[in-house]
Amino acid sequence: MAGKIRVVIAKPGLDGHDRGAKIIARALRDAGMEVIYTGLHQTPEQIVETAIQEDADAVGISILSGAHMTLVPRILDLLRSQGAEDLLVLVGGTIPQDDVTELKKQGVAEVFTPGAPTSEIVEFLQGRVPV
Amino acid sequence: MATTEEPRAPETLFSTISGVENEPLYTPEQVSVDHDRDLGLPGEFPFTRGVYPSMYRGRLWTMRQFAGFGTAAETNERFRYLLEHGQTGLSTAFDMPTLMGYDSDHPRSEGEVGREGVAIDSLQDMETLFAGIPLGEVSTSMTINSPAAILLAFYLCVGEEQGVARERLRGTIQTDILKEYIAQKEYIFPPEPSMRLVTDMVEFCSLEMPLWHPISISGYHIREAGSTAAQELAFTLADGFTYVEWALERGLDVDDFAPRLSFFFNAHLDFFEEIAKYRAARRIWATLMRDKYGAKNPKSWLMRFHTQTAGVSLTAQQPEVNIVRTAIEALAAVLGGTQSLHTNSYDEALALPTEDAVRIALRTQQVIAHETGVVNTIDPLGGSYYVEHLTNELERQAYEYFDRIARLGGVVAAIKENFFQRELADASFTYQAEVEAEQRVVVGVNRYKLKGEPELELLKIDPALEAQQIDRVQALRARRDSAAVEQALARLKDDAAHDGRNLMGPIIDASRAYVTMGEMCDAFREVWGTWRETPVF
Repeated sequence: MAGKIRVVIAKPGLDGHDRGAKIIARALRDAGMEVIYTGLHQTPEQIVETAIQEDADAVGISILSGAHMTLVPRILDLLRSQGAEDLLVLVGGTIPQDDVTELKKQGVAEVFTPGAPTSEIVEFLQGRVPV
Repeated sequence: MATTEEPRAPETLFSTISGVENEPLYTPEQVSVDHDRDLGLPGEFPFTRGVYPSMYRGRLWTMRQFAGFGTAAETNERFRYLLEHGQTGLSTAFDMPTLMGYDSDHPRSEGEVGREGVAIDSLQDMETLFAGIPLGEVSTSMTINSPAAILLAFYLCVGEEQGVARERLRGTIQTDILKEYIAQKEYIFPPEPSMRLVTDMVEFCSLEMPLWHPISISGYHIREAGSTAAQELAFTLADGFTYVEWALERGLDVDDFAPRLSFFFNAHLDFFEEIAKYRAARRIWATLMRDKYGAKNPKSWLMRFHTQTAGVSLTAQQPEVNIVRTAIEALAAVLGGTQSLHTNSYDEALALPTEDAVRIALRTQQVIAHETGVVNTIDPLGGSYYVEHLTNELERQAYEYFDRIARLGGVVAAIKENFFQRELADASFTYQAEVEAEQRVVVGVNRYKLKGEPELELLKIDPALEAQQIDRVQALRARRDSAAVEQALARLKDDAAHDGRNLMGPIIDASRAYVTMGEMCDAFREVWGTWRETPVF
């Protein structure tokens, strides 16, 4: 269906904490978006490939393993090298404030930390993705 | 800050966090309890009131703080710090690569080494982790599942090196692979070979490590993944009975292994519901172990459990408030009769805990134990109309789930059908929706918010650790006897390919030859393949 925001929700790295990712996926779907959830243990390469193949407007990266400063920059690099830097990258998880600042400097559109309501994420995407 | 008293909003829910409706008052009319049949005296069937006759008057619970980060040497320091501060048992957290069966220099380990726990690649790291800690005198808990057999072998080898025979080692290893497929998702192999490995450990421990708990059947992670209290109770017990069935199938006598099965539950915020959950769990386990599985030794009927306060209840906002949440949860665990307890640190919604935060968490337990007087009387809430009602209700819901699981063909079949995964996704989504609709209040998150949260001092993991750990494992590979390694791996693969051969022996031999954990897991991956779930949300 045309006009729907397309979002890939991705779980990079080794951690299996998928509660947040699934709640966000469902909330975005309930808000009328097209959601593709990658499942667990994805490499940055797999995530970028999925995002490009699915012609996503945004990719939401859920990460709770502490490896965000390794994995997120790699995803951003891969997106740039494939000419997909206009794809909106969101990050969710336990991310300390200093890392939030650094990730946003590197090109992450927004970082959502524990306690962020799903409505905030929905509104953010609706505000940033032209439909 | 607002300090006014507010009337309860009309949309606020009166149900428990798990959705059990609460009446405003309970009277004898709503609750039918026969003391001897349904409760029993503490230490007597069905153990609703506790597993020991004297409970905390005889001996307090074990205060066991989970710790592990960075390298083995750093965690060894934290262990010694905790022992010096009065902790009575050790509990080891491993990093994600270790939990997933990858060595530190594997490409998939990049960025994850030592982040969420300690990195253990081989027996060498285990020697460092327990250096100077006499294994004959402490009890150690290890939180690891897919590669549990390998870590148990490492521990046993460190014991040997210290001159402590395996028969004398005391502790618990989690090994609960079923809840990994259900909730935490740290699986490597498909369910059947995983269950074989678990059963190998149960068999080995029943013969050679009589003081060791080979499985800690865990509801904790099921709850953290978003289940209700009733689901935590039901799925955990269903997992427990599945391990029993596999061991019986192996030909073991139920009374040879059941006394060493232990449990691990969450302590969430809904105070009375949690207490009822522990009481119901003891009653169900005792009843079915005796009446369905034919256990004759009363020790096989006893459900002993560890409890950890709910990580998922901690907030990143106004984190100091987490100290209060944790204290209330810990109190529920104690009133529910736990055998050991981990209290979370207030900064854990943000990072791994600092030393100061861990000390406060331990002090919380010490206050409950020594200042509140709650340890003086056993099961002080027994006979409360409300608590007995909740206990009955949770028990009823658990039996309903057992029936549904049985109709699906048992736990393994239900995992493959995504039954549990769907139940959890639904429950966690419902809860989140209730919070966002402000039907449930989370202080500091959807009410009583602060503008401008103060910054906390957080524990930082030095990124240089990863390189050090990689050097360490690579130096080990260069140094060891490679012929012995090859031989050990060949035997491991051969035995893995043949059902009916217990894998503990070859794993211990491989450990002594300093075969790494990742190499052993790779050998099993080659023979058994790996598991991928089809995700549902």
